[in-house]
Amino acid sequence: MSAQAVLFTIFAALAVVSGVLVIRLPNPIHSALALIGNLVSIAVLYYTLNAPFLMAVQLIVYAGAIVVLFLFVVMLLSSRGEVHARKHLMWLAPAAWIGALLTFLGAFAMIAMDGGRVARPSDAVVVGDPASIGVLLFGKYLLPFEATSILLLAALVGAMYLGRRGESGEVEDYGGAEEANDG
Amino acid sequence: MGDMVVPLSRCLLVSALLFSIGVVGVITRRNTLVIYMSVELMLNAVNLSLVAFSRHLHQLDGQVMALFVMTVAAAEVSVGLGLIVAIFRNREHTVDVDSMNVMKW
Repeated sequence: MSAQAVLFTIFAALAVVSGVLVIRLPNPIHSALALIGNLVSIAVLYYTLNAPFLMAVQLIVYAGAIVVLFLFVVMLLSSRGEVHARKHLMWLAPAAWIGALLTFLGAFAMIAMDGGRVARPSDAVVVGDPASIGVLLFGKYLLPFEATSILLLAALVGAMYLGRRGESGEVEDYGGAEEANDG
Repeated sequence: MGDMVVPLSRCLLVSALLFSIGVVGVITRRNTLVIYMSVELMLNAVNLSLVAFSRHLHQLDGQVMALFVMTVAAAEVSVGLGLIVAIFRNREHTVDVDSMNVMKW
């Protein structure tokens, strides 16, 4: 086994274990910390799959920015009162069995696919370094790139709108309507 | 870097596992923040399969797609966490999804 295959196996196992921890740990802060482990493991998987630029972006954007945002909000909000997982999920059992069956079928199909020949545009192995990604991003994918920038601007405006305070500097008060509904 | 050091099937299996973990998290958890983390798990699983196919087909387009997915995920998280904070401040002072069952109040 080559070094890449060994790295992939180790960090794939780590990614799965930390993913299970994300959804199993009762405390959301521990979930966020497990999410960091998951994202870093996936970043290493990107490296073994010839995508070093994506590894850097994954570490900076996901493990850096997004998880910090998560941790901020978790510490801001959910310290009071634990929210427990659902108990009554037996109605999902048929879906789970069918899902497992489909996954097994898909796994067999994928393993069978490994031996087959693939029609590739070129035989040269490509590596996703910043230069080649940038050429694609500003050439073939220029329009989606610009659309993404508009999306980010919209998200920025939306997040600021949602996070604003009321006119008087107080928390916006919708209490009247709430009382009318509850009473 | 050799050609087929990690078979495509193994990448896709890891991706499917991570996606399933995310689905189970979304279904079973009631804390909105953990549900968001599970959504991130699913987005990452899809990214992993995009990168795997990119490597398999010797084309970089999949990696660019993964980059776009990351951008959309970042936008989604910022707006989503803003929504959660707004609901928490204005409504029940809780992050339990079961208490967020009305569209208007």
